[in-house]
Amino acid sequence: MKILVAVKRVIDYNVKIRVKADHSDVDLTNVKMAMNPFCEIAVEEAVRLKEKGTATEVVAVSIGPKAAQEQLRTALALGADRALHIEAGERVESLAVAKLLAKVVEEEQPGLVILGKQAIDTDNNQTGQMLAALANMPQGTFASEVVVEGDKVNVTREIDGGLQTVALTLPAILTTDLRLNEPRYAKLPDIMKAKKKPLESKSPADYGVEVASRVSLMKVETPAERKGGVKVASVDELIDKLKNEAKVL
Amino acid sequence: MSILVLADLHEGELAATTAHVVAAAQQVGGDIDVLVAGEGVQGAADAAARFDGVSRVRLADHSVYAHQLAEPLSALIVALADDYTHILSSASTTGKNVLPRVAALKDVSQISEVLAIDSADIFKRPIYAGNAIATVKSDDALKVMTVRTTAFDAVSEGGSAAIEAVDTVVENTQSQFVKEELAQSDRPELGGARTVISGGRGMGNGDNFKLLDGIADKLGAAVGASRAAVDAGFVPNDMQVGQTGKIVAPDLYIAVGISGAIQHLAGMKDSKVIVAINKDDEAPIFQVADYGLVGDLFELLPELERKL
Repeated sequence: MKILVAVKRVIDYNVKIRVKADHSDVDLTNVKMAMNPFCEIAVEEAVRLKEKGTATEVVAVSIGPKAAQEQLRTALALGADRALHIEAGERVESLAVAKLLAKVVEEEQPGLVILGKQAIDTDNNQTGQMLAALANMPQGTFASEVVVEGDKVNVTREIDGGLQTVALTLPAILTTDLRLNEPRYAKLPDIMKAKKKPLESKSPADYGVEVASRVSLMKVETPAERKGGVKVASVDELIDKLKNEAKVL
Repeated sequence: MSILVLADLHEGELAATTAHVVAAAQQVGGDIDVLVAGEGVQGAADAAARFDGVSRVRLADHSVYAHQLAEPLSALIVALADDYTHILSSASTTGKNVLPRVAALKDVSQISEVLAIDSADIFKRPIYAGNAIATVKSDDALKVMTVRTTAFDAVSEGGSAAIEAVDTVVENTQSQFVKEELAQSDRPELGGARTVISGGRGMGNGDNFKLLDGIADKLGAAVGASRAAVDAGFVPNDMQVGQTGKIVAPDLYIAVGISGAIQHLAGMKDSKVIVAINKDDEAPIFQVADYGLVGDLFELLPELERKL
């Protein structure tokens, strides 16, 4: 079985963001970028399935600017066999990404597609579900455990209040949650080897997909800052303040 | 405008979050229908019919909709979608699972975690873990959106909307429900609790979360955790408060042994009053806390429980 894994280039999760002075967007100039953390978990899961013998090939795909090839090289260093880059602007909406991925799915015919549940820049949590709809596949979102058995995959999902397990008929779409696995770090020899692995580059036009925005970004603002309060010296003072000042007890 | 609200269910009962989504729908303005889809959910439909501002409850009660699996539920909503200009749900794990699928099938974008409704097509939503707020305008004819329920006050009850059965029964051969393990607790649900007490890596291990339980019982609070505590395996992920977990905005939020990473703050900084208990007086959590108490949580928590 072939596994397709989608990765996104985003701001590094440790970086504190700045809003541009003209409020047009977040300022990404000279900011450290990295693979979206949930996508790292997706790559790790795909590689583990290959190591277990469930998967025969892992193909990584990224849609984004030219520089997203860095994240594809990372995926290759982590164990993906080959990569596909579809070059598009910084801001491609989930629906357009899902349409492009649906075309790649049609071409590659994977048994599983694994994506991160959300990207930490736009925080949309949509692309996997949209791809499942367009590819007419079942979806196992927010996965914390994945077990492939014959022509089915059992997916344990993190839902509000607990866990849900569903059985999906393959081919299927999975999106990763935090506890699915702990991604490995790429070793130097693997990083060197990754440079020689195949990386193909295409454009949205090659797939006949229109990537124009349906949602326009009118303004980006910094949220109202919360002011720090006071330190209290004891539990008694805390209870007194909560009762008599904040009136929440 | 005509709006369809997908009702949230919890073990077949109507979840309290639905009343907040109806409130958001009122701000869009127009006729509001609530879709209750599940199996054996007449009671949930009756409850939804009592919400103020609801014109009609549409009840799809069939085994194929049991557990609200994404494949059949999205197909059902798509079958009803032509009657509406807006489709809303809460940003619950069900809403997040189902609505993007609906949007893609209708070839429209989806707008996630709406915080404020400026007009019928202009909305505010958080990006970058809530460190920026985007104002977006949707050019799609059908607006599909999930709503952050803590940003909208619930509508009150007193209405008596008509309940109409939906006959549409879709097929589902792709996915099958296997099991559900829901945390059994007498405490309020994390997302809707008026008081939340959360533990972080400073708790040391999962057993020590018991120190929070006694206080939670006295305050009628829900118990949460930081991602660090979840990653360390202290507690299950459904307790996680933060960018990638639950977003809460209670009257009182007590953060214990939590340093205050931006990903955690994203999930709780809209709380009315924040208390931080931490041994490190430089911890960033103190920059957002209304009341900070520096000290050893293993001494302070038992004292707090005793004195409450």
